[in-house]
Amino acid sequence: MRALVRIVSWFYAVAIYGFIFLPVVVLVLFSLQATSFPIPPFTGPSLRWYNAVLADTRLTSALINSLLVAALSSAAAVTLGFLSAWGFARFALPGSALLRGLITLPLTVSYLIIGMGLLVLFNWAGIPKSLLAAGIGHVVINLPLCFAIIYSQMGDHQINIERAARDLGAPEWKVLLLITVPVMAPAIFAGFFLSMTFSWDEFVISFLLTRFDTTLPVEIWNLLRSGLNPKTNAVGSLVFAVSIVLVVFFELMLLRRKPT
Amino acid sequence: MNSATNSGRALPRTGRALPRAGRALPWALVTPALGWTLLFFVLPFVAMGFSSLTAHDGSGFTLANYSQFFTNPAYWQAMVNSLQVTAIVTVISVLLAYPFAWILAEQVPERWQRLALMLAVLPFWTSYVVRSYSWLLVLAQNGVINRALTGSGLFSEPLQLANTRLATVIGFVHFFVMLLTLTIFANLKQLSPSYRKAAADLGAGPVRTFLHVVLPLTLPGIMVGAFLTFVLCIGDYITPQILGGNNELLMPQLVMMQIGRRGDFPLASALSIILMAVVTIAYLASARWLKIERA
Repeated sequence: MRALVRIVSWFYAVAIYGFIFLPVVVLVLFSLQATSFPIPPFTGPSLRWYNAVLADTRLTSALINSLLVAALSSAAAVTLGFLSAWGFARFALPGSALLRGLITLPLTVSYLIIGMGLLVLFNWAGIPKSLLAAGIGHVVINLPLCFAIIYSQMGDHQINIERAARDLGAPEWKVLLLITVPVMAPAIFAGFFLSMTFSWDEFVISFLLTRFDTTLPVEIWNLLRSGLNPKTNAVGSLVFAVSIVLVVFFELMLLRRKPT
Repeated sequence: MNSATNSGRALPRTGRALPRAGRALPWALVTPALGWTLLFFVLPFVAMGFSSLTAHDGSGFTLANYSQFFTNPAYWQAMVNSLQVTAIVTVISVLLAYPFAWILAEQVPERWQRLALMLAVLPFWTSYVVRSYSWLLVLAQNGVINRALTGSGLFSEPLQLANTRLATVIGFVHFFVMLLTLTIFANLKQLSPSYRKAAADLGAGPVRTFLHVVLPLTLPGIMVGAFLTFVLCIGDYITPQILGGNNELLMPQLVMMQIGRRGDFPLASALSIILMAVVTIAYLASARWLKIERA
């Protein structure tokens, strides 16, 4: 019985892993295709399409745009999220539960609807489509996340350290910068990292709110119009590689923190 | 991740904790975030509500955008398609992910679990657009699967896999199996081993322990994961657009079509609000199953 469960488990796990990895393997494999179609038979390996990606200024500038939007919108989201989390965790504010609910509300709404709302609003207000508009949208989706993560990590023992600093005469801004921020660093980092990955991968809001200068997912979307193309495979594989490096980096940071 | 969750929230200490701070400081801290949410989340929503009540040609207020949804069978059909696809995806994803998460949590040795889980969600980190495109490569007319099928002589003609509902479902299931594996795995690991020991002590075999102890205790977590799947799936535009194509429209595709082809913001707004209303109704209907607790 036990042995049977083990064998069935093995088969099942291998099948699911196969399902999960099938598209990724096909993507990366045919990014190395030497001919013009990313379909069998495999004719590579060749770096031809990677060169084509790096030579395409639309793609490279979209990549830079994406990084910029991700970094700046995440910095804004984590700053707003941290300040409000600190305010709500330390002070009794009237209607606190309701206001906290308001800040986390965007988590329950799909990106499409958030993007639609901003599009209608900006359209009425005469604000043109731009990377800034998309960045504003990214702060809207990431602020609740940063707030929730940081707020949930503000416990008693941080309060006591802060109180000790105040008793020793530190002004409020010093408590914030020298005590609270360093103590909360892991949560702040986690919020920032998650925001980065969400913004980096976000499509619909950027698609609705940008026009000529755009982000990488939208530029990849534009590539899809040309059908199956090894160039799309190559840029997709590059994005995947960047994400993997980030995740491994994050994982190592977490592992190193664990013993403390 | 650690300490803060086990004790209650340390709240009102206002007067004593902050002798020198006035009432201004706390508001100064929370106002930027609240202002941002009001300005760029609530206000757009109000604008969308207004827009949905105006006529496309700008001739005053009307309910026509909403009534169109109920009278035009094509629009109605998009909602039906969306609900069907979402329901199929949610059920298949839970059924596939649960045994997988169980294997990772129970059969894989402890020291390999972290790695096994990381591998299981690795493709999660490919870009969303790219992930759907990758499935297109697999399912295309002359893609990997069709080449394998015709090459092995099983089929003489390639199957129409891309641009079908099946392709949309496969793309979605791929994503949600990873997501649900994560949540169900976390659920299984949170179960105290003493429950299982108690069941064993009382004479239950592994199968009965699973059916009467483990499964019911992880059910709330499954419901939360299933609800998350529902919400994310029904609002997604990318997967159905890339994999399903335009043969059969889902709600998000219908919304985007109003903006893209026709510039009809009022109708797009009305359809978005209807879509959101459906999600809200689903939430209210399942609220009692979704006792989201802070552990």
